[in-house]
Amino acid sequence: MRHGRYPFVAGFLTIPVVLYVLYVIWPYAQAFFYAFTDWHGISAKQNFIGFANFTKLFHDKVFWKAVEHNIMLLLALPLITVAIALFLSFMLNQGGRSRSGATAGIWGSKVYRVVFFLPQVLALAVIAVLFQQILRPDNYGAINSIVQGLGFGSIGFLTNPTIAMWTIIGVLVWQSVGFYVVLFSAGMANIPSDIYEAAEIDGATRITLFFKVTLPLLFDTVQVAGVYLGIAAFDAFALVNILSVDNGGPDGATTVLANEIYRNAFVYSRFGYASAMGVVLFVLTLTFAILTLRLTRRESIEY
Amino acid sequence: MTTNTQNLSTGTSTARRVAVRAVPKRRKSEVGLLSVLGQIALLVWALIILGPILWTLLASFKNNTEIFGSAWSLPTTLRWANYSRAWSQAHVGTYFINSVIVVALSTFGTMLFGSMAAYVLARYKFIGNRTIYYFFIAGLAFPVFLALSPLFFVVKQTGTLPLVGQFIGLNTRGGLILVYIAYSLPFTVFFMAAFFKTLPTSVAEAAVIDGASHTMLFFRVMLPMARSGLVSIGIFNIVGQWAQYNIPVVLMSDTTDKSKWVLTQGIADISVQAGYHSDWPALFAALILSILPMIAIYAVFQRQIQSGLTAGAVK
Repeated sequence: MRHGRYPFVAGFLTIPVVLYVLYVIWPYAQAFFYAFTDWHGISAKQNFIGFANFTKLFHDKVFWKAVEHNIMLLLALPLITVAIALFLSFMLNQGGRSRSGATAGIWGSKVYRVVFFLPQVLALAVIAVLFQQILRPDNYGAINSIVQGLGFGSIGFLTNPTIAMWTIIGVLVWQSVGFYVVLFSAGMANIPSDIYEAAEIDGATRITLFFKVTLPLLFDTVQVAGVYLGIAAFDAFALVNILSVDNGGPDGATTVLANEIYRNAFVYSRFGYASAMGVVLFVLTLTFAILTLRLTRRESIEY
Repeated sequence: MTTNTQNLSTGTSTARRVAVRAVPKRRKSEVGLLSVLGQIALLVWALIILGPILWTLLASFKNNTEIFGSAWSLPTTLRWANYSRAWSQAHVGTYFINSVIVVALSTFGTMLFGSMAAYVLARYKFIGNRTIYYFFIAGLAFPVFLALSPLFFVVKQTGTLPLVGQFIGLNTRGGLILVYIAYSLPFTVFFMAAFFKTLPTSVAEAAVIDGASHTMLFFRVMLPMARSGLVSIGIFNIVGQWAQYNIPVVLMSDTTDKSKWVLTQGIADISVQAGYHSDWPALFAALILSILPMIAIYAVFQRQIQSGLTAGAVK
């Protein structure tokens, strides 16, 4: 077994490591460097300008709007998605009538699970174009035609600055819920049914069952869901870039950090400034990950 | 002894049955109400998911007059011509084939190189093993947007290399494939390394005694044994790379030659173009053309896809 081990190890590692260093590590390392320069991409040389990009960011109103929207996404997306997904998966698994003491899943739960999960296999870019038509502000859109038919004025889902961000969140929730229904359902199926039976005999209602049995035993999975959705909240680029009016508009009402990084780098060629934003995004992502893992740490319940 | 336990168990189950019967009637109606509410909620959510897709399907058979007539009316005839216009004139065909080529090759590359690295890191002791492993894992912590602008210039640079440059520079499928592989490595290595660690050593030892080389051992014994893990991570990568939008938008930004574009950026572009050419039926047909294959594949492999995509979340 010892024979020819090092050549073999080296042979297996060379291509993956070279690809990874060239396309992943090297650009990341460069980004941290460019964040402190005034690089515009055209000149071969760039000037080191210290923290000037970061002080400029501090006074950049659009940047703060983007941060605000990212934080809004970070709070709203996991909360809404997890709440809906928990409710739906509880109904799928325990919503049915009692069958000789054991709670049964609702009729057709398999079909529902397949339907709910479906948006997960569609690209976010395709979903963005789809909802652009569904949410058209005129009465040719799928929803506003109904709204107008009922005698109301049409809703500017994407053109009204106060609700445009919520529209973006809504579409993200539309896509995400199914994934977590499947995830939570798998978790709920692992909870032994005698725990439910015992609680039912003790006179627990379905609502108590949910809060006192299901939720505590599912806590680890819910935590994972929170981290996943939080990370998704820092992206949302495809949706903002395609779906929103004027790439993050109207008037910056839906812009997010990813969108501003893209715009500054590839529209205005401010690569140094965009890299500084990237560093801020990185710090925010890392802080979020560490905070959630720290704050939600607790004893897991063995069963 | 045996009779005793039997008696005991029958005893408890009788007790349980009695207890269940003793549950008051009021509870039954509460359960019934909740179950009805649950049914309604599930149905409503299913409609919320399917509604937009069905509406787009209807619109894809309409003409402009019907689209700008009544939004929810049925098309008078099935206009398949919309689909052929979307496929050829709006270039959905080209984008679609490009996406298939890119995702097929990049997923294959990701699986091959990812499991090679994961295998060596999981089962061989050598100096620097842990360093390289954490090096790969670290990639999970960085947002891709931090790397995008330097990445653009790295790919631009590789495009100037002699001979291979023309295949891996900006606006090439080759460049996109290599970048997809590189960015899929961290999670693939992480997942497959954990998987290779759980495989039993006895089979590997037997193969070595039979005279298998390290390379043969990997391809003939270990890879087949890791099949279920490969399926999960493979599906995960296919879905992720198929949906990728950020990277192609940056690396395939040539708007004068869209012949190498992938489906996601193509659809976004068709949506912009539809406004200029006012060919809305083709846009809806293009949407359906990019949605239906995914639904068809999902319908066939839904179980594997569900477990593959959630595999990452369940440790």
